[in-house]
Amino acid sequence: MAVGQRVLEAAGVPRPGRLARLHEWWEQEHIFGYGLILPALLLIVCLVAYPFGMAIYFSLSDYWVGSPGTFIGLDNFREILKNEVFHRTVYNSFVFTSIAVVIKTILGVWLAMLLFRTFKFKRLIRGAVLLPWVIPTALSTLAWWWMFDSLYSVVNWTAIHLGLIYPPGPNWLGMTSYAMAAVIAVNVWRGLPFFAIIVLAGLVSIPREFYEAAEVDGAGSWGRFRHVTLPLLKPVLAVVILFSTIFTFSDFPIVQVLTRGGPVNTTHLFATLAYQVGLTGGNLGQGAAISLFLFPVLAAFVFIQLRYIRKD
Amino acid sequence: MQVGVRSRGARIRSSVFGWANIVPFILFALFPVYFMVITSFKNDAELYNLKAVPFLIQTGVITEHYSYLLFKTEFLTWMLNSLIISVVATSVSLVIAILAGYSLARLRFPGAASFGTAVFITYLVPTTLLFLPLSQVVVWLGISDTIWALIVTYPTFLVPFSTWLLMGYFRTIPKEVEECALVDGATRMQTLVRIVLPMAIPGIMAAVLFGFTLTWNEFTYALTFVSQTQNKTAVVGVTADLIRGDIYYWGSLMAGAVLASVPIVAIYVFFLDYYVSGLTAGAVKG
Repeated sequence: MAVGQRVLEAAGVPRPGRLARLHEWWEQEHIFGYGLILPALLLIVCLVAYPFGMAIYFSLSDYWVGSPGTFIGLDNFREILKNEVFHRTVYNSFVFTSIAVVIKTILGVWLAMLLFRTFKFKRLIRGAVLLPWVIPTALSTLAWWWMFDSLYSVVNWTAIHLGLIYPPGPNWLGMTSYAMAAVIAVNVWRGLPFFAIIVLAGLVSIPREFYEAAEVDGAGSWGRFRHVTLPLLKPVLAVVILFSTIFTFSDFPIVQVLTRGGPVNTTHLFATLAYQVGLTGGNLGQGAAISLFLFPVLAAFVFIQLRYIRKD
Repeated sequence: MQVGVRSRGARIRSSVFGWANIVPFILFALFPVYFMVITSFKNDAELYNLKAVPFLIQTGVITEHYSYLLFKTEFLTWMLNSLIISVVATSVSLVIAILAGYSLARLRFPGAASFGTAVFITYLVPTTLLFLPLSQVVVWLGISDTIWALIVTYPTFLVPFSTWLLMGYFRTIPKEVEECALVDGATRMQTLVRIVLPMAIPGIMAAVLFGFTLTWNEFTYALTFVSQTQNKTAVVGVTADLIRGDIYYWGSLMAGAVLASVPIVAIYVFFLDYYVSGLTAGAVKG
């Protein structure tokens, strides 16, 4: 206020009422700003930060469903680290994530470059390619389960009739050597559209002159890809790869529906093992400890993201 | 890429090359969906006949799998549950996210930047990291095993995501428009509701569409927090409760998968462009 309260009062202007003062207080930029983020802040504190603290507490106690446990220090972690199934899960998670992300990156860039060309039915093609991302994952995974059925697998039927394999063909979900391939295939199917669409947005933003300049310099299509497209796509690719890594690493529905971690734990990921131990088995303490192993990956990702990528 | 300078032959060759490459991707993307639909209309005798061609329906289209689903299971209850949960959780989250997104995108106050970072980090927390402690939180709140367990917990991923998406849209609105409104005597809240929101409608549409899709498709919490059949969502009901012991359930299972996907696919077909722009703007969880 330019004129002080006392001056106004002395001049005979009545003091503003309580409501008016409250209004004035609320209209200040910082008060209004805090007021607007308050609901979101409460939500994050109560339903994200607090449960995260609980997860840490659970992991340090022998907490079972229905019986709050006592503090037992690092016993859960010690037990987990000795457990064969957990070792297998760590191995599975890295195999699953690295193979799936590499395939999605390569196919994603390729698909994005194809979508970038001018086609007839452009919208229709984009709609079709993006469809796997929209359909509820658990439900499309059911369809894949049926496609990998031990007896009626359409994948095997096709391969046999094309003469690619001998009947009866592999039992995809029942054999240790094939189940991981099946799970990866479903993850690639479901995650590819995300890659393609974001890389496509990156391609659209590359100025055409760059390609023209490269062509003048005598670059062929491979040269243009290597020296123009790829370097300019780097920031976009870094973002998608990091996003995809974290969500592939913490995947749950695909494995839970398709194999439940089987056969013989060869497809268990951290999330499915945590579900099995913590909820099916009721050992919340150990389950929480297992799911906390997702945290270092998340933390590393957030660090890289904040440190390098958001700076640009 | 400069079509003008190339010969007709080269153009045809390039076009053939393009189609030859894109068709496998389209088949890969669509085949599981096609197979889902075709299985749901096939009779059991053909479905479990090893000699039949699995790609086609040769002995007649039947709708028994669907009538079984609609009249002999809780499927319609599940659909209704999903609808209520998605609508309520998305609307509540949208309001919270509009307020927070506007505040973070536009207003200057100490701590705004670190709160923005906190939202971003929350946005990246996967549901599988928190489902065990949250399953106890809903027990303590007395809402375990009801649809409220999901209505209350879904905003934990919807709000950070929508806030992040909307912040981007709010930043694109010229600041001068708001300043004019404020100078003209509008309160800050009036400026937000009457001036800013109408200009942010594409962003709000994207937030609503993604919010609805994410909640309708959610699996982890829906599987974990609800175990009574009549309180399940469509996705979990179909996935967990339609399997009947024997092996001959694929027809009704696929019918359930088709029907539970229809609302999302219908919205998607209608608003494809919003999905594409939102996906690129927010880099949605994939």
